[in-house]
Amino acid sequence: MKFLTTTAIVLTLAGGAQAQNDCAAGQTLRDGTLTIATGNPAFFPWVIDDAPQSGEGFEAAVAYAVAQEMGFSPEQVEWVRASFDQSIQPGAKDFDFNLQQFSITEEREQVVDFSDPYYTSAMAVLTTQKVVDSGIEPSVASLKGLLWGADANTTAVPMLTDLIGPDKQPMLYGDNVDVTAAMQAGQIDAALFDLPTALYLAAVVVEGGTILGQFPADRSENPDQFGLLFEDGNPLKDCVNAALANLKDSGKLAEIEAEWLQQATSVPVIE
Amino acid sequence: MGSNPSYPRTKRQIYEARQRRRANLIGGLSTAAVLMAIVLLVPLAPGWAAVKRVFFNGEVFAKTFPGLLNAFLLDIAIFLWCAPLIAVLGLALAIARDLRTPALTPLRLAAVGFIDVFRGLPVILVIYLIGFGIPGLGLPRPWNSPYLWGSLALILVYAAYVAEVIRSGIESVHDSQRNAALSLGLSGSDVMRFVVLPQAIRRVVPANMNLFIALQKDVALLSFIGPVEIFRQAGVYKSLYANFTPYLGAALIFLAITIPATRYADHLMNRQRKARS
Repeated sequence: MKFLTTTAIVLTLAGGAQAQNDCAAGQTLRDGTLTIATGNPAFFPWVIDDAPQSGEGFEAAVAYAVAQEMGFSPEQVEWVRASFDQSIQPGAKDFDFNLQQFSITEEREQVVDFSDPYYTSAMAVLTTQKVVDSGIEPSVASLKGLLWGADANTTAVPMLTDLIGPDKQPMLYGDNVDVTAAMQAGQIDAALFDLPTALYLAAVVVEGGTILGQFPADRSENPDQFGLLFEDGNPLKDCVNAALANLKDSGKLAEIEAEWLQQATSVPVIE
Repeated sequence: MGSNPSYPRTKRQIYEARQRRRANLIGGLSTAAVLMAIVLLVPLAPGWAAVKRVFFNGEVFAKTFPGLLNAFLLDIAIFLWCAPLIAVLGLALAIARDLRTPALTPLRLAAVGFIDVFRGLPVILVIYLIGFGIPGLGLPRPWNSPYLWGSLALILVYAAYVAEVIRSGIESVHDSQRNAALSLGLSGSDVMRFVVLPQAIRRVVPANMNLFIALQKDVALLSFIGPVEIFRQAGVYKSLYANFTPYLGAALIFLAITIPATRYADHLMNRQRKARS
């Protein structure tokens, strides 16, 4: 009976809009609204055309699916932008959760909270046809000799050391765009990205770009798992984890992945 | 000063000593009060625990500091190869700007244009344009190196500043000295070399010191086009540990260099002021 009353009150308060499930009610930044943050700009194929409110792109679609599981209608979802630094700085956050391909790591977990992973990424080697033509093969031994680049803010940096161990110190950049600019200028031979980003950059951004090979997602060491980021101790985390579990069980998450992230079965695995 | 212990102190001296003691006491007390307030009050702020963990994390500091020091060697190297080239180019530009021979007007105009452009652009913009743009033309290695073109960008911008400082030194040498030297039979270039420049450069040493301190900090901007110097290395640690403490480490390393350098520049300036007055 009490449950019914609560529901009735929430329904009244929400003015007839869809009601949150019991878990999320009262846990969000603003009652009746789920505030979600993403990068500025948000990149393809995670968000299409930098417009997350369209629900197009893998992360935008996941965000709306999670919202729906928690009982938020699409109209009740509000988007804000936050850089990586804004997301990890101490203090109150202006989002309920934040998704922009944050890799879950133990060290980061000490400062912020992560949900269960919603995607596990293969790491791929982006390079140019010229480098491939010069006889480089998808083997660790062959890759060591290249001049490497990576986005300094990503876990690609430690992975580069762990998975490949280049002979020369890698060049590091502030974002994807600068990495590709350096590749275009011939200053680096290859760069390490998560596979969906690498596929996009190779196809659209880098002239003569190609994927040399991948370290598959199900590798046992250093998996790259993306999680939704919360302010440390945010109680909403449990609700989001429950929603993600539902999405996984019902096959919805796999559906979204199939819709927005192309399958890259043709990319050779690096030995 | 000047009070001889064998004579009794005058009333005025006693009074002044008492005033000095009183000023020192008040200054010491007020400084201590402010420090105490900071030390006691800041930790009372509700977010202090989180700020301490993210900005002043001893564990992260200890883990990252050696890596930062190592990366700082690259900053020093870049500074060392840029500084002499900046000095040479800056001097050449200053002299070109001061040319008085009518036939050399194009050279003078070129120097004016160069200084206007590079002094008017943000350093990071020039680094991007030159560091990515010129190698993008298709230069082969090693001629497309970001170290090479990034350094050139720094050299161009800072040479423009140095040129203006040196020019102010040149203009501070009174025209009557030039005329006197010319009347003694020195050629135009000899006047510049033996009369004007020795005075001009000495006068602008402190101002140039300040520019080189600024350069020491701006070297970090080269990280935008790839080189992993201290600023970029701190960014990598920040991302790995989700912690801003490495930036604090980098700041301390910069200060360890720039504060002594600034003090030295102040010292030079003071000495110069005393020598003039």
